[in-house]
Amino acid sequence: MDQWRDQGIIINVKPHGEHGGVVSLLTAEHGRHAGFAHGVQSSKNRSQYEVGTIVDADWHSKQTDSLGTYKLNPEKSYAVYALDDPRKLLALQSMSALLHLTLPEREDAAGIYDASLAFLESLKTEIWAPTYIYWEIGLLQALGFGIDVSECAATGTQEDLVYISPKTARAVSRDAGEPYKDRLLPLPQFLKGGGDFDDKAIADGLQLSGYFLQQRVFGMTSNLNLPDVRHRLYASFSLETSDQT
Amino acid sequence: MLGPDFENIVRLLSRMPGIGSRSARRIVLHMLDNKDNMMLPLAESLQKAAIDIQNCQDCHTLDTSSPCHICAAMTRDRSLLCIVENVADLWALERTGSYKGLYHVLGGTLSALDGVSPDDLHIPHLITRLDELQTQELIIALNATVEGQTTAHYITDCVKGRDIKITRLARGVPIGSALDYLDDNTLVTALDSRSAM
Repeated sequence: MDQWRDQGIIINVKPHGEHGGVVSLLTAEHGRHAGFAHGVQSSKNRSQYEVGTIVDADWHSKQTDSLGTYKLNPEKSYAVYALDDPRKLLALQSMSALLHLTLPEREDAAGIYDASLAFLESLKTEIWAPTYIYWEIGLLQALGFGIDVSECAATGTQEDLVYISPKTARAVSRDAGEPYKDRLLPLPQFLKGGGDFDDKAIADGLQLSGYFLQQRVFGMTSNLNLPDVRHRLYASFSLETSDQT
Repeated sequence: MLGPDFENIVRLLSRMPGIGSRSARRIVLHMLDNKDNMMLPLAESLQKAAIDIQNCQDCHTLDTSSPCHICAAMTRDRSLLCIVENVADLWALERTGSYKGLYHVLGGTLSALDGVSPDDLHIPHLITRLDELQTQELIIALNATVEGQTTAHYITDCVKGRDIKITRLARGVPIGSALDYLDDNTLVTALDSRSAM
């Protein structure tokens, strides 16, 4: 008998049988881990097992490799902070979908777990959108594809960094990037550790992390596209921005 | 054992929601004890329903006629249109007897991981109906879940620009329930939606 107890974030629930479901959790110590849970799809309990809910998870299985069974105790839900805000809802679903589709199963993901908790907490605040972009960049880093915004890839300067090279994922200064600016990705200033943000900056940030997620994760490993919900999240910022201009 | 016919009925019944093989056996035995009063009328009703019941061409609910009896009723308020996820939700609202407008059954909600996109739901037809009916109020009666509300926001975006009042069902404390037994989400929402007395 294999057994453990851990805290986790619900990232997907796939109905199985009449009231049960296969629940995918991002756990603090056991990475992305799925298991069958009784009753999570019943009309009485379904609302307690939404994506983004923190649960106390007790997993056991006769064999280590099999799916196993969860006993879940919901501790805190964050969906309630997003239900009335379409952008927050898209971000919450995008986070869940990206975690579910990109993280390898049963491999340690403590860093991205902490980052996910931070994003969920940010849903109560006004800074949830930049936090989400930081989270996506953290996910890229956890998957081995970091973005370097510390200095210009061409000149080494740390001043006036306004672009990211799509080839190297490193920052480029305004002067060095000027001849190639149509081919470079804009670097929102809040990603350099501060500054205000508006819809345009969030759209630029989503374009930046979305580009590398598509090219280096979805395109390379699974030949898939980013989830539709992630596209709609970007569109919700970029369309508003283009409406204003 | 009564043979393959009996086993076949048990197998088919045990696929129904809420019915296991033991219950299925009890149901079959009960029907066999009441062949004339129960089994034959049930078989006849099932066959008739399978042939006659169809989706309404307008609202997509289930009925023996298309348009359904709700869409065809001239007594219904045609300026009101209520969006529900499935037929069961429509029946729940109809049971109350307090809503007198028309419905539109979406047939599901948007889902990122299950790959349900707007094109898989009856949203394009909804937009067409809104224009045809000259709807004045659109009531979004979708579940207060992540996927339900994502769909609600998507529909709101699609309808934006038309002169239609968009409303949603209230959220909060169910009548007759004790606060102590409510989940945190419902309590937070109820507090946020508190009203003056």
